[in-house]
Formats: sequence, structure tokens, C-alpha cells
Amino acid sequence: MNSIIPFIPLLLGALAAVLLRGWLRNIIMLLAPIAGALNLMGIEHGVFWSMEFMGYVLEPVRVDKLSLMFGYLFHLASFIAVVYALHIKDTVQHVAGLAYAASAVGAVFAGDLLTLFVFWELLALTSVFLIWARKTDRAYSSGFRYLIIQVLSGVLLLAGLLILAQVNNSLLFNQISLNHEGLAQVGAWLIFLAFGIKCAFPFMHNWLTDAYPEATPTGTVFLASFTTKVAVYAFARGYPGEEILIWIGVTMACFPIFFAVIENDLRRVLAYSLINQIGFMIVGIGIGTALALNGAVAHAFNDVIFKGLLMMSMGAVLHMTGKINGSELGGLYKSMPKTTILCIVGAASISAFPLFSGFVSKSMIMAAAVAEGYDVVWLLLLFAAAGVFHHAGVKIPYFAFFAHDSGIRTTEPPKNMLIAMTIAAVACVVIGTFPAQTVYALLPWEHNYNPYDMTHVLTQLQLLFFSALAFVWLNLKNMYPPELPSTNLDVDWFYRKLAPNVVKRIGGSVYGAYGRFEKSVVASIKQVILNSYDTKSGQPKGYFAKLWPIETMVLWVAVLLSSYLMLYYVQDLL
Amino acid sequence: MAEQHEPSGFFDKPENIRKMLKVFYVICGLLVVADFIVHRHIYHDWEKIPAFYAIYGFVGCVVLVVIAKELRKVLMRGEDYYDE
Repeated sequence: MNSIIPFIPLLLGALAAVLLRGWLRNIIMLLAPIAGALNLMGIEHGVFWSMEFMGYVLEPVRVDKLSLMFGYLFHLASFIAVVYALHIKDTVQHVAGLAYAASAVGAVFAGDLLTLFVFWELLALTSVFLIWARKTDRAYSSGFRYLIIQVLSGVLLLAGLLILAQVNNSLLFNQISLNHEGLAQVGAWLIFLAFGIKCAFPFMHNWLTDAYPEATPTGTVFLASFTTKVAVYAFARGYPGEEILIWIGVTMACFPIFFAVIENDLRRVLAYSLINQIGFMIVGIGIGTALALNGAVAHAFNDVIFKGLLMMSMGAVLHMTGKINGSELGGLYKSMPKTTILCIVGAASISAFPLFSGFVSKSMIMAAAVAEGYDVVWLLLLFAAAGVFHHAGVKIPYFAFFAHDSGIRTTEPPKNMLIAMTIAAVACVVIGTFPAQTVYALLPWEHNYNPYDMTHVLTQLQLLFFSALAFVWLNLKNMYPPELPSTNLDVDWFYRKLAPNVVKRIGGSVYGAYGRFEKSVVASIKQVILNSYDTKSGQPKGYFAKLWPIETMVLWVAVLLSSYLMLYYVQDLL
Repeated sequence: MAEQHEPSGFFDKPENIRKMLKVFYVICGLLVVADFIVHRHIYHDWEKIPAFYAIYGFVGCVVLVVIAKELRKVLMRGEDYYDE
């Protein structure tokens, strides 16, 4: 075996970023993902490294087709992101980015739950620096919320794996499923929830839309690639064919598109559409047939690239103009024509235009839904597919680069950014045009599928063109909601507004009650003192207070001595 | 930066937009016509409706936008809502 542990090359890249500077650092950071991918090509399937730990067998590195597919994907994604971030001087971001990518690779090759847990937490700890690196107050607090939720997910995973280890006497990470008895069922659900948080399930999704748009322009490209895709991988391995996932996935595919239509921050629009795309993958995993699972992982593969491309194009806009709100942008196609075209390639890919990458993977999931008789699911996914074209395919390029001229005049972004976007754009078109030679060749399950038949191409084009027609019509009728500077309430309202308010209210009333109590005690003590003093005569009212101190003392000494005498006799009596 | 004799962009001219939209409408029309010529595979009963995908896409998006607009009334707050 000539290969090394898969995450080592990226980790070495991160170390190099700590120690080195200048062109040498750039070269090593670029070589790390390439070396990592080459390493994967030579690696053999099976358990690469196993050991014993407290009586349990651990398999920190296990290689199969599923983990290899995500392994290749993460190396490609980190290469693109490193190129995109090459111009920045901030060492923290370079180190965090590569260490984060290494954690993602480590997680997908983890053969046991304990190793998975370690990388699960490392994903959170390394990536949060990409948010904090923005150095704004918003990014700082948003990063904290992100970290708390991510670590919570890890804690749930740990609790679940401890239970399962106790019940099954094994820590190996294979299919977990939700059909257990008693305590094991609790463990299975805890792990399900832990995966669900990282996967941005409904009501647990807000960390994503909260934090990703607050990260640096380059940081968001890393963030959008790894965390959620590791969770998709974990579901594909741990819970394939769980029917509940279908309904969760459909919800994820549908609800974010409404938010995306009214959201002003264009990177937040992309964050919502990220949840929408993960929804498709989760549906595929829930259906659980070979076609559906292949569709889910193929879509994860493509999504990293086209969502990365869209994030990069919006990052370029933010980097060059300092603005990212739809209400402040527009008309940038004049000064950033290349970025515009690259963004449109990403938009076409996410919308699943024929010859672009989304087309060849999204359709697998749709076909699987119809084949298994999930009619409602199929209709809702069709709606979500039209909706994603509407907000990510049309809205993003339209409001950033066209619409009304915002008067902003800038230039194209730095060359490395353009190169990174070009690599991603080329990948989108190559995968979309030659799926059999690219993404389909990596698919883990055996199934033949051809996306390019006449019916499919025609129906998809009809769906997309008439969605666009709806956009045109609504715009001409002035019915399209304008971009407005605003915040839209989402689930995070509960923990960013309601909970703090409740705590404040309760805290306030407890504090108030304490204050009132303290006041009344002080007042009653004062009352006692006042009552004991006769202001008219200028003398205290009490008997002893009127005496000289020495008189009082004599009295008390007499009392003391007499009681002493009494005690003396009492002792005798006993 | 904004100079007076900046060449006006392609999309600044309304006649260009009008031309593009015309091409777009023609493509939409052709796609509907193609629906009657090409023999589509039918996997689902609803697909038998002529131009089902076109109708679904258009109606779906209009419904999406109308609902989203209504959602704004409930969900929209000021830009600094969480910062105050």
C-alpha cells in the first residue's frame, strides 16, 4: 500500500500555511488538494487502518465507493476554494480553510462513530474562524451562535454513539436505521438529530442562513462546500431508505424558496437555496433505491461545485464593491462582464438546464420519486425545481448584474478569483455534458441512468422557460417584490429575540421583586428604629436605653450570676 | 469613476430588451408547440395534460411570488432588527 491516510495532505497544507509565507506557501497550499486527490486514486478499498480502544474496534480510515466519491469531491472543492482565496494575506483564513477541508475528508473516511465524532467537532471548530475572520460585530456574534449549535450537534452524536456502543457492543459506522427497541432507539434518534442539525433540517436550519452570509467572501466558499455535505454523506451511510427523510427533504426543498424570494442579502439568498438543494438530496436518501441514492450523492457532488461557483461570484461582487444587498446592486455587467457570465453558468447549473451539471443529478431524484409512486413528493419537488430557478437562477444574476443601474463602477475581481470561478464553471459544463465519464463514473451504487432523452430535455426546458416567463410577466406588471433593505424573521427569532426577551423579562421581574423585598426590609428596620426613639424628649423609648451603660451592665451581670447559681443547684438535683 | 461619455450598456437600451424578450417569447411558444409534436413518455397521469410542465412552471412561480409577498407582511422587519 503506497497511499497515506486521506486527510494528511490537506492537514500538511494547513500546517504549511501556518509556517510558510509568500509564494512558497501558495504553491504548497495549491499542491495539498492535488496530492490528496492523487493519493485517493491509489488507495485500496477496505479498512485502511484499524485499532482497538477500550475494548472496541475502531476503524479510523475505511475506504469504499461512497467515501471515495465524497473524498474526491472535497479535494476538488478545496482546490477551487484555495485558488479563490489565494490573494488574501490573512493566515487565519488559509489555515482554517485547509484544516476545515481536512476535517471533512477525515469525517467521510471514518469507519467508526468515535472517529466521526472527532472530525464532526473539528469541522465546527475550524470553520468558525472563517466567520470570525470577517471581523465585524455581526460576524462575531453570528459565529458564536454557529459554534454553539454545531457543538450541540456533536454532543448529541456523542451521546447517541455511547448508547449504541453500550447496546450493540460495537462502534463501527454502518447503517443505523430507526428500527430499534428501547434504549438503542434513543441512541439512533440522537444520532439522527445530530446529523439533522448539520444537515440544516427545518427548524434547525438557521445557523446556516445566519452564519454563512456573515463570513468573509472567501470563507463562505469553504463553508458552503463541506459541513452540510458531510451530513448528507452521513445520512446516506447511516439512514438510507428511512421514509421520514422523504418528508423532511420535501419540506427543506420547498420552504426556503419563499424566504429566498424576499431576502435582500444575495449571499443569504444562496444560503436558503443551499437548504433547498440539500432537500433534494435528503429526499433521494429517504427513497433509498439505487437510483435515488445515486441521485442524492451525485447532486451533492454537483451542488458543491455550482453552489460554490455562485457563492464565488457573489463573493467577488462583495469583495469589489463592499456591497451584497440586492437593493444596492445592479448594472454590474458593464464593469464585471466575466464575473457575470460565470455567475450565469452557475445559475444555469443550479436550475438544471440541459448540458449543465444540475440537470444530470436532480433528474435522478425526480425519476426515483415517480418510480416509487411518491406523486405528491414529485409534484412538490417539481415546484421546488421551478422555484430554485426563479430565485437562484434568475434573481441572483438579475439583481446583481442587471436590473436598474446602481451607478457602481468597479473592475473584475483579482485573477485568482476569476480562475477559480472558471474552473468551477468548466466543471459544471463538463459534468453536465459528459456525465457518464465524470460524475456517474464515481457513483457508489449500480444503476444505469440516461438523463438525455427527448422527453426529459423538453419537459425541463418547458418548466424553466415558463418559470422565467413568470418572472418577466411579474416584473412587467410591477408585481415582483422589490429588493428592500430588511431582515426577515425566521426560526432564529426564537433564540435571538424571543428567548433573550423572555430571559430579560423574567430576570427583570426577579430583580425587581428582590429590589422591592430589600426596600421593604430596610423600611421595616427603619420603622423599628424610629418607633424606639422619642423625638420630642430627644430620648429613646426603651427602658434600658434610658439607663447609663454601666447600670445596664450591672443588671446583666446580676442576671448572669443568678442563673449560674441556679444551674449549679440544677446539676445537684439531677 | 462614472464618466460622462461612458458607452451605454447593451441592456440600457429598451429596444435591445424588447428584441430579447421577443426571442424569448418565441422560444416559449416553440416549446409549447413541440409538446404536441414530440411524443413524450408519460410516467404520471398528470403529464397527459398538454404542456403540463409549462403550465406548472408558470403557475408555480406566480404562486411562489404572491405567497412570498404576503409573507413579507408578517416577516419583514428593519435592517437592524437584531442589532438595535
